[in-house]
Amino acid sequence: MQTNVLEYLENIVDKVPDKVAYANEKDELTFRQVYDRSRGIGSLLLHEGYTREPVVVFMAKHPNSIVAFYGVIYSGCYYVPIDEEMPKHRIGLIFQSLQPRAIICDDVTEPVVREFDYQGAVYKYADICGTPEDTEALAAVRDAQLDIDPIYIVFTSGSTGVPKGVVACHRSVIDYIEQLSSVLKCDENTIFGNQTPLYFDACLKELYPTLKFGATAYLIPKNLFMFPIKLVEFLNEKKINTICWVVSALTMISAFKAFDKVRPEYLHTVAFGSEVFPIKQFNIWREVLPNARFINLYGPTEATGMSCYYEVDREFGLDDVIPIGRPFHNTQILLLGEDGRQVRDGEVGEICIRGTAVTLGYYHNPEKTSECFVQNPLNSAYPEIIYRTGDLARYNERHELIFLSRKDYQIKHMGHRIELGEIEAIVNQHDEIKTSCAIFDDDKKKIVLYYVGDVEKAALITFLKSKLPRYMIPNVLEQLEAMPHTANGKIDRNLLKKKYLEK
Amino acid sequence: MEELLEILQDLHPEVDFDECDTLVDDKILDSFDIISLITEINSTFDVAVPAEEIIPENFNSAEALWDMIERLRDE
Repeated sequence: MQTNVLEYLENIVDKVPDKVAYANEKDELTFRQVYDRSRGIGSLLLHEGYTREPVVVFMAKHPNSIVAFYGVIYSGCYYVPIDEEMPKHRIGLIFQSLQPRAIICDDVTEPVVREFDYQGAVYKYADICGTPEDTEALAAVRDAQLDIDPIYIVFTSGSTGVPKGVVACHRSVIDYIEQLSSVLKCDENTIFGNQTPLYFDACLKELYPTLKFGATAYLIPKNLFMFPIKLVEFLNEKKINTICWVVSALTMISAFKAFDKVRPEYLHTVAFGSEVFPIKQFNIWREVLPNARFINLYGPTEATGMSCYYEVDREFGLDDVIPIGRPFHNTQILLLGEDGRQVRDGEVGEICIRGTAVTLGYYHNPEKTSECFVQNPLNSAYPEIIYRTGDLARYNERHELIFLSRKDYQIKHMGHRIELGEIEAIVNQHDEIKTSCAIFDDDKKKIVLYYVGDVEKAALITFLKSKLPRYMIPNVLEQLEAMPHTANGKIDRNLLKKKYLEK
Repeated sequence: MEELLEILQDLHPEVDFDECDTLVDDKILDSFDIISLITEINSTFDVAVPAEEIIPENFNSAEALWDMIERLRDE
């Protein structure tokens, strides 16, 4: 039985040593190179005395970053991916939570690391990737490793202004990759076009199936997602046939009518998720690719990646919603009502996830962990953890799950999961700000910030850009004399939203 | 041109759009901005930006954007 994700790599490297595993627009790495270099990095980390601890991989998005991830796993540590484009404030918070002793960086990020109050070791990828492997040391680590040991920590938005680190283990990732690959029908001919950043769980969809099947994954340059024709041309040039993208990346192509000029020639599997796909745009895609499979995916980072899928098998009218369908094999969805019992068909309940894919919890954060990684309320006989997503859903008449909304103030914006509370917490850190409230315009997909305080919009935006990732920066700012409150003293979000929509 | 500068200033109050001609090359504009820009241009100037015009050269400066808008208006 497979107990370590690296067995995927070890099983494939001798079969297709010279095939390209990961590439971008100019650099490529074969399976042999991925294998040799990641074992080299693993050996180095072991010699330097790291094991069973977080190692930060702070590199620009590149095939090398993936090698660094696997190198960290080889050492028995777990990787924490951080992106060069993350604001320094956020990286600082992540460092505080992790207290890492080692960071792997590249030429671009090395000077940035020096700006932090960080006392640990800094390794440059180029210096360490050629380390000769210490076969014995690597074998000893492997021998001692369990499939419940962590592989990575990825950070997700937290409502108090501090990001939460989700810890996932080998067993969860293996379970996820097995189920996902069978739904996507991946094989050795799969050529992935990766869109999502490497610092989220979303990239697992391309990273690990590539190893499992000896497939190939292209990391598409971010800048192409601004220029639809160039993007489709890239898909064709690289013969990309499988994509798992956020909806906004797909609609960017269809809404700007790029298909009038150029069409994807090789695409046969289009998976999407994280957001509702507007049917008008979806139907354009289907018309252009009548023979392709379209698969809607749903799932939280806390359950490793995706938990549910629906393969489009019928026409959708403009008012319809594409279901999130059914759970992957070996995952169960419980729709729980307020009373902790399962709701009846057609009734609204909270999506709760049961299965091996449920992650280990939040790193150094027992309080937040115990809030949503909870004992299954339907089982009082023995310990059994389920994850409460905070997402509300119901079954339709075909017994397909339909996502409805969030219970709280979490939103999905451009494929990113955002706590509106985190934006407010950061805004409120500004000296001049008295109070603030962020709302989300679902139709126009805009984050709207209301604030009270003597500060210009431009100055406030500049301040926020130093603290928050780009996708969390409000699109509209409105200065108010005073914040409206409800009878019991809370900020009246509904009134603000109503006022905003009436404008 | 004034209206265009206003749209750009709303997106990036910290940028001097009279001077900057590397909006794409220096990653000042990202995909969010391009989408909002095209939508705003569409509604403000009543021109639809066709896919073949959505290329880096047309988005690198306010001037390039303005040239594109004028060209599309004439068509």
